[in-house]
Amino acid sequence: MKTLAKKSAIWLAYLGVLLGLPLLFDSILAITIFNQMAIAIIFALSYNMLLGQGGMLSFGHAVYFGLGGFMAVHTLVMIEYETVYFSIIYIPLIGGLIGLLAAVFIGSFSTHKAGTVFAMISLGIGELVAASSLIFVSFFGGEAGVNADRTYGPAFFGIEFFQDSEIYYLGAAWVFIATLFMYLFTQTPAGRMANAVRDNPERAEFIGYSARRVRFISFCAAGFFAGIAGGLFALNYEFITEENLNAVTSGRVLLMAYIGGLGYFIGPIIGAVILTLMNSLLSNYTELWMLYLGIMFVLTVLFLPRGFAGFIMMHRTAWIRGKLGSLLLPYLITGLPALVFAIAGVAMIEMLHHEGEVFHFLGIPLESANLSHWLMCTVLAAIAYLGCKRSLPQLREAWESANAIDEAGEEREAS
Amino acid sequence: MLEVFIFSTLNGLVTGLLLFMLASGLTLIFSMMGVLNFAHASFYMLGAYFAYSISLHLGFWMGLIFAPLIVGILGAVVERFALRRVHAHGHVAELVFTFGLAFLIEEAVQFFWGPDTKNYQSPDILDFPLFTLFGQEFSAYRGFMIAISVGIFIGLYYVLTRSRIGIIIQAAITHPHTVANLGHNVPFIFMGVFGVGTALAGVAGVIAGPVLTTFPGMAVVLGSIVFVIVVIGGLGSLGGAFIASLLIGLLQSYAIASNVGMPDLLNLVGLEFSRDHPLTDLWTLTLPQIAPILPFLLLVLVLIFRPTGIAGKREQ
Repeated sequence: MKTLAKKSAIWLAYLGVLLGLPLLFDSILAITIFNQMAIAIIFALSYNMLLGQGGMLSFGHAVYFGLGGFMAVHTLVMIEYETVYFSIIYIPLIGGLIGLLAAVFIGSFSTHKAGTVFAMISLGIGELVAASSLIFVSFFGGEAGVNADRTYGPAFFGIEFFQDSEIYYLGAAWVFIATLFMYLFTQTPAGRMANAVRDNPERAEFIGYSARRVRFISFCAAGFFAGIAGGLFALNYEFITEENLNAVTSGRVLLMAYIGGLGYFIGPIIGAVILTLMNSLLSNYTELWMLYLGIMFVLTVLFLPRGFAGFIMMHRTAWIRGKLGSLLLPYLITGLPALVFAIAGVAMIEMLHHEGEVFHFLGIPLESANLSHWLMCTVLAAIAYLGCKRSLPQLREAWESANAIDEAGEEREAS
Repeated sequence: MLEVFIFSTLNGLVTGLLLFMLASGLTLIFSMMGVLNFAHASFYMLGAYFAYSISLHLGFWMGLIFAPLIVGILGAVVERFALRRVHAHGHVAELVFTFGLAFLIEEAVQFFWGPDTKNYQSPDILDFPLFTLFGQEFSAYRGFMIAISVGIFIGLYYVLTRSRIGIIIQAAITHPHTVANLGHNVPFIFMGVFGVGTALAGVAGVIAGPVLTTFPGMAVVLGSIVFVIVVIGGLGSLGGAFIASLLIGLLQSYAIASNVGMPDLLNLVGLEFSRDHPLTDLWTLTLPQIAPILPFLLLVLVLIFRPTGIAGKREQ
């Protein structure tokens, strides 16, 4: 009962955050970003159903997102012309059903095997659908895409969804429902078996489960929720183009889920929030944000294989044992030089980019023609690098002493 | 009709052999490490860009020699300091890493060379028609591309099957522990093969740059097709990759040159649809239109019906 109460508290807090965010940040920009986050969270979570929980690496997950989105836009058009008559709040469900339909069809032959075969089929299907979307102009609208207007149809308790903030609450409701159901899915036998098949398909088959069917169920569920995200996208932007179902979008969702952390349910949510923030805020400050994103992604794969969520969860043992405080100082001693190193590196990249002109970096005017600026950055980076390297053994030592399990502790865990 | 056929065969041959240069490195790396290198086509792009920069100062031929060298060293560095590290986290992490690397290389290329197309020219020496057939010219540069590709194929085949190094490499792929016990440095061999594989991609980039234009999207254009080839040919099989490269090259070239389409097919069975039918896009489809998606169609079909590809080994 205690864990149930604890879990309900977490979900209530989640709901509270979703509802409270626009009260804290009520600028138009903030609402726009929140809407993007809502879409990204559902999409990244649905992707994690495949890769994190089912062990299926997909390079074509945008297909279900995009198809759901296209159908949602077409449904909006139908509502506008009164072919059908219902409130637009159900539009994401339409997207989800289309995503499910596509996943049932594609999953029927692509889930035979996991691993490389699955990854390659998903890549092939992704390219096929993306290329076909440019051929079948009447449905996909070619390069321009299709657009609609969400303000038609019956009002929902007087709300007609003229404003983005109204869409935000609709999106928040869908995010909450989708997250809850995706979490509950992980608790069902199907969700548990997905983990088993991911880790050892042979053993799962020996105890009587068809690995293929287990994968198929996960695949369909993932397609369904990706479609919901697509439907929400359609509602938010009121248009959708071929770009939303091609490899770029598929790659982006992989990035989100991976940076956030695949092994944890909360990981993709963290990844979606970070990437959306980077996408919309960083792009205001620098044209090179995609380059930084790429660097961050590669560094994450290299040094944080379990993503940001994994990094946070790494501290669980230390936290339980009350030794988190002893890690704070070593983290600062290593982290500050690392930060300085990163800043100096970014400054040099920006100097290369702004060749022959003066620009302001963190309030400091820099110029690529000025040799002393280069020298300053190089020296700063070198000192920071040395500082980082010198303090790393201390950090490692502090980490080990915080996590070292004494004899008594081991016995306690064993019993 | 005959001239269309001959020229599309020649063009298909050029494309196919070019694709093989990429696919051979990719399939070698796969059989060695068991991971598909998503960034392989990015090394091809780097080859083209390095060669472009070198050719501005030292001419095309110096680019042909040095650009693949630089790319190969870069590939070896990536293997040594990054891929080997990620290897400990499993295959998915490796695949995701190469995916991220491809993304990063594309951004880096845009950063250093800019987003616009580069005016990378083929050398003046090869700027003459090799032969004229039915009034159409076949440029000497394309002949040169065929010659280089065939030369590399023969050289690679010879080294891998006839030389001592090749035998050690083949043994290291199947029995790494035994080879290590015999006193060979297996990680070094792996690094070397990765370097040579990326250098081959670099060569492909150097000679393809002038024909297929040098721009930041060139890796994406070819990247997924090379994947298709490696899978259709059978993962890890050099011979299969060769057949699949030519197959895809010719298939695309014929499809583009042909002018058949759905209307012809429908006429054949005596059906006709009006222009404003809701599925009009489907009834007016032509073969050149769907040429870009044919490889992917083939990929999906092969994976469904014969997952091991043309010459792949049966899975254990």
